[in-house]
Amino acid sequence: MTSPKSGTMSRPRRLVIHETVTSYLFLLPFLLFFVVFVIYPMFMCVYTSFFDATMGREDIFIGFENYKTLFADKVFWIALKNTMVIVLVSVPVTCIFSLWVATVITKMPVAATSAFRCIFYLPVVTGSVAVTMVWKWMYNNYYGIVNYLGTNLGILDKNINWLGDPKYALWCIIIILITTSVGQPIVLYVSALDNVDKSLIEAAAVDGATATQAFWKVKWPQMMPTTLYILVITMINSFQCFALIQLLTQGGPSNSTMTIMFYIYYNAFKLFKYGYGNAMGVVLAIIIAILSAIQFKVAKEK
Amino acid sequence: MDNNKTTDMNAIKDKIYYIVSFIAVVIVAILFTFPLYWIITGAFKTGKEINATSPIWIPTEWVWDNFQRLMAKRTAPILGWEIGGMTIGAATIPGAIRWLLNTVVMCVSSMLLTCITSAMAGYVLAKKRFWGRVTLFTLVVCAMALPKQVILIPLLREMNALHLADTAWAVIFPIVGWPFGVFLLKQFSEGVPTEMMEACRIDGANEWRTFTDVIFPMIKPGVGACAIFTFISAWNDYFMQLIMLTSSEKLSIAVGIATMQGESSTDYGLLMSGAALASVPIIIVFLIFQKYFTKGITMGAVKG
Repeated sequence: MTSPKSGTMSRPRRLVIHETVTSYLFLLPFLLFFVVFVIYPMFMCVYTSFFDATMGREDIFIGFENYKTLFADKVFWIALKNTMVIVLVSVPVTCIFSLWVATVITKMPVAATSAFRCIFYLPVVTGSVAVTMVWKWMYNNYYGIVNYLGTNLGILDKNINWLGDPKYALWCIIIILITTSVGQPIVLYVSALDNVDKSLIEAAAVDGATATQAFWKVKWPQMMPTTLYILVITMINSFQCFALIQLLTQGGPSNSTMTIMFYIYYNAFKLFKYGYGNAMGVVLAIIIAILSAIQFKVAKEK
Repeated sequence: MDNNKTTDMNAIKDKIYYIVSFIAVVIVAILFTFPLYWIITGAFKTGKEINATSPIWIPTEWVWDNFQRLMAKRTAPILGWEIGGMTIGAATIPGAIRWLLNTVVMCVSSMLLTCITSAMAGYVLAKKRFWGRVTLFTLVVCAMALPKQVILIPLLREMNALHLADTAWAVIFPIVGWPFGVFLLKQFSEGVPTEMMEACRIDGANEWRTFTDVIFPMIKPGVGACAIFTFISAWNDYFMQLIMLTSSEKLSIAVGIATMQGESSTDYGLLMSGAALASVPIIIVFLIFQKYFTKGITMGAVKG
């Protein structure tokens, strides 16, 4: 079928065996960690989701009971809805914002481009705990800078308890999430823009295309693979939004910021319902797999 | 003539658009750096300036007060290894310093182990033709697309069973098993010319020598990218650290600071000094190795 396979077939058997043995010797250290700490837990996640599992006793097989409870769990549906809101808002905003920043900063001198790239990557490197803490202060009801600016610039009538109000809490979190996720897409778009075939742009300019036309007709189609990759990683990243919620709101007020990731954590590590948490993990993984597959399919058709 | 005019107009429009968006990007960039600025200045402000209702943009006096309180908050032994009833390194240091040391140990060990295992595996996946190669590579790519947090529950139970929970290894091993490094170094190894390997074989070098003396030097930039990438993601791997580490003297800096937030949630001066301690070292590392880092991101993305 594929060329490497046919290549294997045509070579002497002894050489293939030799190559296979040495290859696996080289792979051994990695495979040890990969199988024990990634593949095995992955398998166990699915397996345990069919058990009533908790601390300090044997797991009890209960078939699809966890899944049944899950689909009847009101909080799960709220969590799913909130997670979807986060993903549907932050993914497009992150992608469009990073594309815009990338197009602007690639036109600058090289040093400036890399300085800006650094600045937009800073919130990622700063780490979720430090970032969350400073935002908590900025959102604070009394001492927060957001309320100070809001009231003094005349945007707000009175101080708002941003994180304590179910109307605003989720949006506050989405804003922080976006600032911590644009770094990587900007880096990727900048390098994609650099790699666009320059002769095509020149040809377009000769034919009288404006810069805008050249961008959408020539550059954009060439960057499709990058865009697809960015969509998928941003989506996975948004689904996994956890530290912000754990440190800022704990899913509250009244479940308005409850997400699947935090609900898994809450069930598994606060209530010790391991089986139930795993069932949720499996559902989450399936949702992410389906959405990624859809994105790939749509991108391929284009 | 008319045609020329429209192109001129378009050129002017493009120019205006460019200037406007340049200004906008600068403003947004300032907003992006603001939280970091606020952490660092906040860490050095006095209690009065921290809690001022109209924010103090630049601290009028810089004090170490917050750091002193942070250091006094907890203490921990330097090493605290118990060997045969004796305790080695029992001298106490501030908890926050111990957390920093723990984090550095975790990051460096993850980095070294990941680089070695990934370089070997990536090279073989790129350059050798062996049974099961395609299957293995598919598995690696699929594992990368899965949300890492999903496997945390089984992972914790496994660590408990292996008696590794609440040790640094519980954080390090899953990072080493995570296949991003392999993927990255496979991409780099593809660039090694196959003739090089054949020349080695003709010269009679064995497989291991070929790898250490010829291949490894050629994929060094990739290993550098992998190293810095692993170091930074290990530093910020908060969820894993939170779940695996429980005793106070074993925490990472991120988890340690987060626990402190639970205890003194409105002492923003203290919290900012903690946040600064957790973020400034890694930001410095990032700024130094920035070039490798961006290379790692872009190479790791090339359509799998």
